[in-house]
Amino acid sequence: MAEDPSYTSSDDAADGPYAEHAAGEQRIGERIRAALASRTAIAIAIAVVVIALVTLAQIQGTGWQRLLSLTIWGITFGSIIALGAIGLTLIYGVVKFPNFSHGGLVTLGAYVAYTVVTVWPGQSAALRPLSFGWDLVVGLFVAMPVVGLVALVLDRLVYRRLRRQQASLVLFAMASLAMAFLLRSVLYITWGSDFHFYYSGRANPAMALPFNIRIQADQLFTLGLAITLVVALYLMLERTRLGKAMRATANNPELAQIRGINTEKIIGWTWLLSGALAAAGGVIYGLASQVRPEMGFYLLIPIFAAVIMGGIGNPRGALAGALIVGVTQQVSSAFISPAYGPAIAFLLMIIVLLLRPQGLFGH
Amino acid sequence: MTDDAVIKAALLAIPLWIGASAVIRTRWTIRLPAGLIAAIVIALLAVTVLDRGTLSYLVSFACMGGIYALLALGLNVQWGYAAHLNFGIAGLFAVGAFTTALFTTAAPTGLMANYTQQVFGLEAPFLVGMAAAGLVGGIVAFVIAVPVLRLRMDFLAIATLGVAEIIRRIFQNERWLANGPQPLRGIPQPLHCVTENPACGWLPDWAGDALKPLTPGDYNYLYVIIITLVLMVTYLLLEHAVRSPWGRVLRGTRDEEDAATMSGKNVTAVRIQSFVVGGVIMGVAGSLYAHFLVTIDYSHFRPLFATFLVWVMLMLGGSGNNRGAILGAFIIWGVWSGTAFLTDAIEPALNVISSDLASRAAYLRWLLVALVLTGIVLFRPQGILAEETIVSRHLLDRRRRKQGQHRVHERAT
Repeated sequence: MAEDPSYTSSDDAADGPYAEHAAGEQRIGERIRAALASRTAIAIAIAVVVIALVTLAQIQGTGWQRLLSLTIWGITFGSIIALGAIGLTLIYGVVKFPNFSHGGLVTLGAYVAYTVVTVWPGQSAALRPLSFGWDLVVGLFVAMPVVGLVALVLDRLVYRRLRRQQASLVLFAMASLAMAFLLRSVLYITWGSDFHFYYSGRANPAMALPFNIRIQADQLFTLGLAITLVVALYLMLERTRLGKAMRATANNPELAQIRGINTEKIIGWTWLLSGALAAAGGVIYGLASQVRPEMGFYLLIPIFAAVIMGGIGNPRGALAGALIVGVTQQVSSAFISPAYGPAIAFLLMIIVLLLRPQGLFGH
Repeated sequence: MTDDAVIKAALLAIPLWIGASAVIRTRWTIRLPAGLIAAIVIALLAVTVLDRGTLSYLVSFACMGGIYALLALGLNVQWGYAAHLNFGIAGLFAVGAFTTALFTTAAPTGLMANYTQQVFGLEAPFLVGMAAAGLVGGIVAFVIAVPVLRLRMDFLAIATLGVAEIIRRIFQNERWLANGPQPLRGIPQPLHCVTENPACGWLPDWAGDALKPLTPGDYNYLYVIIITLVLMVTYLLLEHAVRSPWGRVLRGTRDEEDAATMSGKNVTAVRIQSFVVGGVIMGVAGSLYAHFLVTIDYSHFRPLFATFLVWVMLMLGGSGNNRGAILGAFIIWGVWSGTAFLTDAIEPALNVISSDLASRAAYLRWLLVALVLTGIVLFRPQGILAEETIVSRHLLDRRRRKQGQHRVHERAT
């Protein structure tokens, strides 16, 4: 995917008697633009946004302790986004299109785990201090391969045909939008439109940590699970043959094929991984709120914001982006309605896009 | 034939005439009278053959179809002619609908103010509301376009999807703006007084007497005329625009951006213009929707109904072709409405399997439309009507002249 050529050519409209003067100015302009596009400038921009958020929260009279708690919640929320974002960025990198149905995969993961919990014989006792029992852990390990397979099947039925036709990016985007609605309608038909909890009426008290931080054990579990999966994925990408082949395919599919890599097989593995990570994100997101048919769609904007901020196709960038998005979204809830959380994520995304369209970690 | 059937046939003949004149493809002098005759025949047949309920269902179907056709035309300017991947139609549609509602309703006072809150209510006429909706739609489109249009196409899709979702949330959460989560009621219907008794004061006595059989329940027979007029004016303007030099620059920018830049065209400006023109049309469509429904709230502007369906319509009809956009809109709106009957019909069968399943039959419609879109993407991405290759009316005229000469030549030999 090439950079938009109009990015550089859009404002050299100067000609006539002032052309020479304008050219000189443009050089300064380019220098300023280059400075703004540097990683430092973006880090500063993000820092300014975060400081503005904290200041606004202070004006609204939010205490430091609450801010600290919000930040930690933001990190756990960010780790949920990260699981979605890393899967999405892998697909973006290897198959090269924005998968709008990723939110549907997240939701599907939550529902598969919910089904496991409901069909579990007898109610499983909670693993104190966590609010859930072994049934949910089993649900998680069922949901990950199931959703991975669903993603793989969708690829084989739809996206592979488009790849064979060498279809344009738009047709891929349209097809993934269609798959998003297909998944959602299947979810509605199978499970209905009601909201569910994994366990109804089970208390989940917050633990009191030093500095008066209030956090639930489930949130720590979320954090731990996300870290484990991200580290495992990192090791896989860096150390294994599959990971190397995946990175090669993402970089240059033709060259990868010449080197004897079966790119279709690699794409299949990427879908499996992407779906499995989305499912894990969905299961722990359902733990944090409720299981509902639109939960994944709600996450879609923060997920895309994280992916784009980090640089498309870059798992490390997606992780960083997800943490930034998660923290800003939670901290912003100290002074505006939480309904606007996605708007904050979105604003950050636009700032990054304008300064550096290739994202934080892009080249 | 009763009085009210005659009146209805006369009213129906007007939109049918406009539609028929667009479909028949000959010169104007033949097209208009032939269209009129066809329209009168179809209208008379419709009122005699169909029963009251079916007829009024078809009329409100045509109203919604027309509104969707307008949205598809707006998307066609953005996507068909300029390749902007706009996944945020719902946002511009909502902006248009709420703008017109705020402009044409009265600000609530007294006891009503406890139930309805809105930032202002100007009680302006319908046309002012519609113009304002178009203007605000255009402004919002401009605000989106300037920062993101120069970015990659897939970024635009994500950005517009996000903007639409934020707009919906604003209308959902800000009660002071347009009653927040509560519906905004009482949006006036233009020319509604014609159907009342006594009819509007400005109508001459004979017209008032003639229209007496109409009841307020028959209002859609009037509104379908308004929608058809707006649709036709938009269509003609767009057809003119895309065959003008502006339209050629637009397509040139879409297909060969570097070449267009080298020819000295301001590519960025043209891209922004096309996005704004689409935004204006979507705003106007929102305004027509608000006056049609009378009561609107944020939940009407979910991506499914206001973005996804429009994309399916344009893809099916054929992007880059205004006739295709309108055709696709009516076909998909027909499929969408038709599947409501289908799910009603199979509900008893589903009930046998499980009562849960029957209550969820409505979602089968989503499934069907999603499959339709998948089918289009996989098997006929260019749509029913492919893009017309003639980009200039001068070329069209020259070709016609040539064909004419050819015919003369044939006759001579």
